Amino acid sequence: MEGLGIKQRLQETLKSIYFPFVAIVVSLLIGSVVILATSTTSPLTAYGHMLKGAFGNLAAFDATLIKAIPLIFTALSFSLARRSGIINLGAEGQFMMGALAATAVGVATPNLPAIIHLPATLLAGFLGGALVGLLTGVLKVRFGASELIITIMLNYIAKELISFFVNGPLMDSASSSYPQSAPMEPSARLYKFIPGMNVHTGLIIALVFIFLYYFFLWKTTAGFDMRVVGFNPSAGEYAGMNIGRSTIFALFLAGGLAGLGGCIEIIAVQGRLMMTSFIVPYGFTGIAVALLGNLNPLGVLFSGILFGGLSAGALRMEVMTRNVSSSVAVVIQALIILFIAGRQMFAIKKRYRSRSSSGTSAGKTVTDEAKDDDAPLAPATAEEGV
Amino acid sequence: MTTILEMRNITKRFGPVVANDDVSFSVKKGEVHALLGENGAGKSTLMNILFGLYEQTSGEILYKGKTVNIRSPRDAIHLGIGMVHQHFMLIPAHSAIENVVLGYEGNSAVLDLKSAAKRFTEMAERYHMNIDPWELVGNLSVGQQQRLEILKALYRDVETLILDEPTAVLTPQEVDGLFEVIRQLVAEGKTVVFISHKLPEIRAICDRCTILRRGKVAAAGLPISDIKDLNELARLMVGREVELVTEKTPSEPGEVVLNVENLNYTNDKGIHVLKDVNFDVRAGEIVGICGVDGNGQSELIKCLTGLLHATSGKIELMGNDITACTPKQVLKQGIGHIPEDRHAMGMVGQMNLRENISMVDSRDEPYSSHGFMHWRWIDDHSRNLIDKFSVKTPSIMEKAINLSGGNQQKLVVGRELSRKANLLIAVHPSRGLDIGATKYIQSQIVEARDRGVAVLMVSTELDEILEIPDRVLVIYSGRILACLDQCDCTRSGLGLLMAGIEDGEEDRPA
Repeated sequence: MEGLGIKQRLQETLKSIYFPFVAIVVSLLIGSVVILATSTTSPLTAYGHMLKGAFGNLAAFDATLIKAIPLIFTALSFSLARRSGIINLGAEGQFMMGALAATAVGVATPNLPAIIHLPATLLAGFLGGALVGLLTGVLKVRFGASELIITIMLNYIAKELISFFVNGPLMDSASSSYPQSAPMEPSARLYKFIPGMNVHTGLIIALVFIFLYYFFLWKTTAGFDMRVVGFNPSAGEYAGMNIGRSTIFALFLAGGLAGLGGCIEIIAVQGRLMMTSFIVPYGFTGIAVALLGNLNPLGVLFSGILFGGLSAGALRMEVMTRNVSSSVAVVIQALIILFIAGRQMFAIKKRYRSRSSSGTSAGKTVTDEAKDDDAPLAPATAEEGV
Repeated sequence: MTTILEMRNITKRFGPVVANDDVSFSVKKGEVHALLGENGAGKSTLMNILFGLYEQTSGEILYKGKTVNIRSPRDAIHLGIGMVHQHFMLIPAHSAIENVVLGYEGNSAVLDLKSAAKRFTEMAERYHMNIDPWELVGNLSVGQQQRLEILKALYRDVETLILDEPTAVLTPQEVDGLFEVIRQLVAEGKTVVFISHKLPEIRAICDRCTILRRGKVAAAGLPISDIKDLNELARLMVGREVELVTEKTPSEPGEVVLNVENLNYTNDKGIHVLKDVNFDVRAGEIVGICGVDGNGQSELIKCLTGLLHATSGKIELMGNDITACTPKQVLKQGIGHIPEDRHAMGMVGQMNLRENISMVDSRDEPYSSHGFMHWRWIDDHSRNLIDKFSVKTPSIMEKAINLSGGNQQKLVVGRELSRKANLLIAVHPSRGLDIGATKYIQSQIVEARDRGVAVLMVSTELDEILEIPDRVLVIYSGRILACLDQCDCTRSGLGLLMAGIEDGEEDRPA
């Protein structure tokens, strides 16, 4: 792009990954204190096992990728909404509803050719999440309700719905009295595609959606309008954009992305819907992935893999050391979120200073200022967060 | 007179940008010292360093002969340096006295507002500024709020007061009142730094001036009497000759483009903001709406552009009723709108220039088709536009927030002028701009008029109102008080009308 030389772009990129990098390093340091306090293993040994378990060999990386896939979807969900000026805390519930809808389609119709059954299942997964998003959007726009509250509440509703369905209408009558659905039909499943690896074609779908996320936001008018509204709703209104429609559409798509993630997790990994399908909070972890990745397509990909690696590595760490709990990984994830959110505080202080200095609009709300944009495929610069 | 304040060789860098380059600034005790310069010349940066909002990259500050280290406004106030910002830092929902004691270090653990109010009132009376300490700030007029800001600083016993463009929001009569206060402060031995770029005011009140140009000192401690005229001042500030009079031929009004009939607007608090507003704007003429801020101008423009909907009355554009149209529909009818606040509305700071340029027309060809943005075309268009309106930027991929205020405004003006519009609405088109940029934008507006565009311009700047429009409407308290041809306008006449005084009868609320 003009005006930005390679060196300059490199600098920008380095600058933008500087903070996430520091956040990760400091979190690992604090994590090592936790390891010291709770076990007899040296943190270096523990982290060594974790690293090996995450990226040490092909099998480890394989496990990491499998864990990264759902995170990428929920992170895209949060990112898309955030770019449109909405904080979607409902990826968790949207993920579940996507899984539920996909299960309904995936178990319902045997003997359907995969070419029809699989797309139908994926579509059902997308719509399952998207409808939850749509409901949120309508409530927000029509009644001015806060999306924070609605999305969190809908998470509970989704969880109870799952419980109802696996104990009721979708319960597998053939196998047992376990609260779980029948297994997915083979025609509605995703399979591994690289010899010697377990990672499934959901990876390709994730990569496609990362590209679509970029393409939609930066190349289409609807995406452009969404970003304008997300940065500055008054400017959007001034420019004749329909704020309400943009908000609803953004939540629809964000819900769909999370729902698709839930669908893929069921049809590719778990094989059937269970009460225990959602032990790992993919929806909430996705928020951390999105923030660490700076809402940037490539950023989401890399931080998704990193977080996938954290949980894959944690298992090996626990097995190998015998006394370091895999929960350390959760602690580290939480710390990363804290530091990323904490960055906002630096940003606010800096902004206050630069604002009052430029003499302009000192009393104005400056929420939009925290967002970055531009050069979408190179990780962007500014600060971002909830 | 002794030197009270000296800033020596101050340099301030923001990354690669040098905002102040080896600036030395010296103020004598008891003088009114003007700090002049174009927007982006570094005046605010320098004063923010002095007030502790920024830290200089290098250089030192001496106050009363001692080197001082000012790290925060608190330090500055301790030393006796106060600042009144252009945009007031008051809390509207609190009373005057609460705002005064807010952050005051002399407060006791349990607030004693009563004795504070007593001290405040004594002080206010000394300077003939009557403000009820118990009145909510939101109920004070802009002029009163400014006086409150000054009193707030004096309450902290400051000896040096920095006033950042204090006259920008005042009527001519209020300006005179402000000058009385400044004269009294100086008579008491206090020192005032006065940031402005209006020569008549500088002449009236200042003793000496320091002029900054692109971060460097262009003139230091120059006695005001040495500046012969506005041209010389402009030359000192800009560094070259500036055409100060916007070339303008008499207008040749054509058909009626905008017609407003009996427009009323009542806001959601039930306040009747616009009262039976009637006017029209013809093709090829500029109609100026002049008035003190907050007399209904914003609401009028919002009604015209579909952002608000009138309670009653009719708005016609080229014969079509647009009273109930959405902003999108209004834009489609051919309205260019330079909004009141470019930061809040006119642009998206965190987006780059080409995105800001495509913002208003993003859904229409040639900006896009079938839902896809045509960035290649937009890039060419953006480069042309930036060229034509001399927006200074390293590239069209630069974020709008990184441009100077003048260049941001040129961007917005350029975008709106290059749309195919029958009506151009320009609200405060030159607010916050320096002489060069102001003249440029005014000449572009006049050029649009000459092309046959109907122009409605809202301004609080009398100089602008006296120069640019062909007809002037004075708005006061939501009512159009007068419609004058430009040749009938006088500074004092407009000033009185802006204060709501019609035929010598005063109905301005206290």
